[in-house]
Amino acid sequence: MATRKGTTVYLYELAWILPSFAIPVGMLVALVVTAFGAGIHLPGLERRIDPTKVAETPPFDKPGLVELAPGRYEVRMTAQIWSFAPREIRVPAGSTVRFWVTSKDVVHGLLIPKANVNLMLLPGQVAFAEARFDTPGEYLMMCHEYCGIAHHTMAGTVIVEARR
Amino acid sequence: MTRSEDRLTAAFLLVALVALFGGVLTGFFQAIEHAGVDVYPSTPIVKSYYHSLTLHGVLNVLVWTTFFICGFVPFLTTRALGTRLARPGLAWLTFWLMLGGLLLAAIPLVGNAATVMFTFYPPLKAHWAFYVGLTLVVVGTWLVTLNLALTWRAWRRQHPGERTPLAAFMGLVTFAMWTLASLGLAAEMLVMLIPWSLGLIAGTDALLGRALFWFTGHPIVYFWLLPAYMSWYTLAPRQAGGKLFSDPLARTSFILFLVLSTPLGFHHQYTDPGIQIGWKLVHAFLTFAVFFPSLLTFFNVVASLESGARARGGRGWVAWVARLPWGDPSLAAQVLAMLLFAFGGIGGLINASYNLNLIVHNTAWIVGHLHLTVGTAVTLTFMGVSYWLVPYLAGRALWSRRLALVQVWSWFVGMIVFSNTLHRLGLMGMPRRTMIGAAPYVLPEWKALLPLVGIGGTLLFLSSVLFFLNLVLTLVVSRAPAPAVPAFAEALSGPDHAPAILDRWRPWLALAVVLIAIAYGPTLVRLALTTPFNTPGLRVW
Repeated sequence: MATRKGTTVYLYELAWILPSFAIPVGMLVALVVTAFGAGIHLPGLERRIDPTKVAETPPFDKPGLVELAPGRYEVRMTAQIWSFAPREIRVPAGSTVRFWVTSKDVVHGLLIPKANVNLMLLPGQVAFAEARFDTPGEYLMMCHEYCGIAHHTMAGTVIVEARR
Repeated sequence: MTRSEDRLTAAFLLVALVALFGGVLTGFFQAIEHAGVDVYPSTPIVKSYYHSLTLHGVLNVLVWTTFFICGFVPFLTTRALGTRLARPGLAWLTFWLMLGGLLLAAIPLVGNAATVMFTFYPPLKAHWAFYVGLTLVVVGTWLVTLNLALTWRAWRRQHPGERTPLAAFMGLVTFAMWTLASLGLAAEMLVMLIPWSLGLIAGTDALLGRALFWFTGHPIVYFWLLPAYMSWYTLAPRQAGGKLFSDPLARTSFILFLVLSTPLGFHHQYTDPGIQIGWKLVHAFLTFAVFFPSLLTFFNVVASLESGARARGGRGWVAWVARLPWGDPSLAAQVLAMLLFAFGGIGGLINASYNLNLIVHNTAWIVGHLHLTVGTAVTLTFMGVSYWLVPYLAGRALWSRRLALVQVWSWFVGMIVFSNTLHRLGLMGMPRRTMIGAAPYVLPEWKALLPLVGIGGTLLFLSSVLFFLNLVLTLVVSRAPAPAVPAFAEALSGPDHAPAILDRWRPWLALAVVLIAIAYGPTLVRLALTTPFNTPGLRVW
């Protein structure tokens, strides 16, 4: 090893290794700062549910939209082959919506691209996401995990209405 | 073909190439489906878009890669050691076991009884033969590990104190890493999927299934990549007319891959409920850590190519690239694979980013990414390897170098069109694994780009046809004798410069196990203790 120090190869290696180490570390710092600074929420440990008894288990026995406070909504949603219930959600612009979702059968997904909602829906698990809908319009929501032969028909809409 | 090892390699390659053909054909159908041409009503065997997609995934990412690797890596490892395999009989048993497993899995796969994608997430329930067959293939890969380890041990007895030759070292690391990483998949198969599909247990669990799958599902990418790296490190520098820049740095990066490849699978499950956010963040950290050996590889391989180009009269900071021997299709394939892999690596960091993942998870972006990594870095490199390996095994020169060059470049161009379009569609929110041509919700901005998916996919398919044509004509028509196998590259900074600890196995394997235990232990133990296994299986295709 002693003879190796000072050789050209060694110097080039050092000149590369140091930034190679610094770059991922720098990106990690940026990641942590933006993830938590921007308040991005990933699903964590929510709770289990018996996947064969979703229809009897509150709050999924009554799927739908609930207004918690002015401008604050909660939607209790089930995913099943090949639909979401409810299929359509209507909220006024500027609303915050909390999604509580579970699957009644196979693995599904919930993707609302324009609201940054991206969830895996697993039978046996309750998934949670929160999104704010400021701009009026129709937001497409889709299942984004293969769930059988008609997977591509599994979709719905969030309709955000302009406030008068 | 005199050596038994050569015949063995040829057998593995034959299976791999047949699988590749099935995979690219179904892939072509899917690409044109996105462009509005639905061929499935008129195809024999292939029943639906999703049947096709499952065939494409299983044949290309599981079978083509694994069988090619089990043929290529022992070939290179034994040549580097200058020995034979320690147990030739075991090696043939391994081949027949893997082929038997593959055929068993193929019955339900081809018969539309296992249309569950190559990820087979429960509670989608395939026929038991699918799970049992794939498990036998995995067991076969463990026997390859055993054979390589015994071969190395025999070599070590005869060569005490010598450094393990670099290619052999890399082959051993690849299979050691894979064997450790495949334990997750093995557990999923043996504890859940096989007994469940046989009717021995009533239910399964989606979250535990996904956690065990991705335990193996991310490092499997390194299992595909590291053999491509073996070629980039130990053969490509010499093919380029140069030397490997740094042997110690190459060994260091492989040891880091051994240690870091596995404890990071939760970055595929950021959007899964039921896994604590803290552990997801730990896996994000470790994914960024594995970027470090990737950067080392990037530097070392490019510096090696540069040494070749400069020896051939290359000048300047970048202009030397033109002086690489671009007329050699084997090297051209590998250099183009590296070029696109740079973008695959950057995309991978975006996927692994805890926050950006919310935008791309399960969208077409991921498909674009996977086609840069396994579809180009791995597949195009293996095609480049095939351009010398198949002629060598057949004892005949490649039928046409020019056709091979056209093939390599058309793959490169086709992949740029295909992959770039899918990345963009993903950013526009188009989901992956979805029969887009029949979806009722296609947005106008997707519609504008979808024809490019068809064009890129068609170019890739035509390129693969040229590849197979060239190999078939090599076997049937070519009469010129085969050129020699590429020699291993010498190193500017040789193995004597590498710290001796890099040649020891136990500390690194122990470190890998400890990291896996830390990153996965608490979550897997919690899931094992609390999972009720009450989700019934469904066949919904």
